[in-house]
Amino acid sequence: MNNSEDQGSSSSSCSSYYEDQPHVLAVDDNVVDRKLIEKLLKTSSCKVTTAENAMTALEYLGIGEDQHNTPKALKVNLVLTDYCMPGMTGYDLLKKIKESSQMREVPVVIMSSENVPTRINKCLEEGAHMFMLKPLKLSDIKKLRCQVMKRRH
Amino acid sequence: MTNPTNDTTIITTNIFKLLKENLLTKRMSNRVTELQKEFVYYTSSLFDQGILNDQFNHLQLLQDESNPEFLAEIVNLFFQDTQKLLDDLTKNLEQENVDFLMLDKTLHHIKGSSSSIGAVGVQNACVAFVTCSNEKNIEGCWRCLEEARNAYNVVRSKLDTLLKIEQEIVAAGGSIPKPSVEPDEE
Repeated sequence: MNNSEDQGSSSSSCSSYYEDQPHVLAVDDNVVDRKLIEKLLKTSSCKVTTAENAMTALEYLGIGEDQHNTPKALKVNLVLTDYCMPGMTGYDLLKKIKESSQMREVPVVIMSSENVPTRINKCLEEGAHMFMLKPLKLSDIKKLRCQVMKRRH
Repeated sequence: MTNPTNDTTIITTNIFKLLKENLLTKRMSNRVTELQKEFVYYTSSLFDQGILNDQFNHLQLLQDESNPEFLAEIVNLFFQDTQKLLDDLTKNLEQENVDFLMLDKTLHHIKGSSSSIGAVGVQNACVAFVTCSNEKNIEGCWRCLEEARNAYNVVRSKLDTLLKIEQEIVAAGGSIPKPSVEPDEE
């Protein structure tokens, strides 16, 4: 689990509005992408926790299968997940989150390297807040952060 | 009582010391400038050769004082990860019954990570490879694997060189030049 300190506020008006940093749970099976996403989020003044797969993500959120032995659930403001993952996909993860009474209000953003309209629509219909195309850049995350922070208030 | 000769000697010594330091600083800053130019030209050449694309610029922008090693870290992660995956591809193709599903998954992974760091040569090699894999064309796959390995070896060697120049700049007390990127789309 990673936590970041404030790296300094961005020049956008969004960060000056709010005192605390949003906590993002980033889920991706690709180690290079995880590193990039973590850095993008920290640079955008977000707290980051990364997970390698959907099962781990569910455990962090406190809605995994074996919840007796897991520590207290993380408080997250956003789940950012890759679509294509082995085992449980990002879409499955989205569904599980939206089915859960505790977690359904948390916005879920799906990322993918493939621009497949049917896939995008499927995710949005299931309640995904947004769909983002990889590779991710800082401008993508900054826009996302603005949107998420607006939703909090 | 002051000794004029001693004072003059001290002053002269100090002046010489300052001049020497200034000259050294000037030499050092010249060296930094030369290295920075080398860094910029070298990076530019990698773009021209189709080895890297704009995504690499975005990575460079993420490196700052709080994380001065970011570029080296993510590039080295990519090397470790991709090297292993290329070996997995080889092992897979060597099997009597090639696992095309696994092949596709592995290629998707390499395509993803190379795209994320801007290693467009590797990314393109994977795209071609996916086509051969989908056609279950094993001979074609072997050719594609060779292309992918070549593309990987090239980007590895070039980025190793680039990172060395970066290290030299830092050792000489300079800062890494930042690229400009495409303006944000609204």
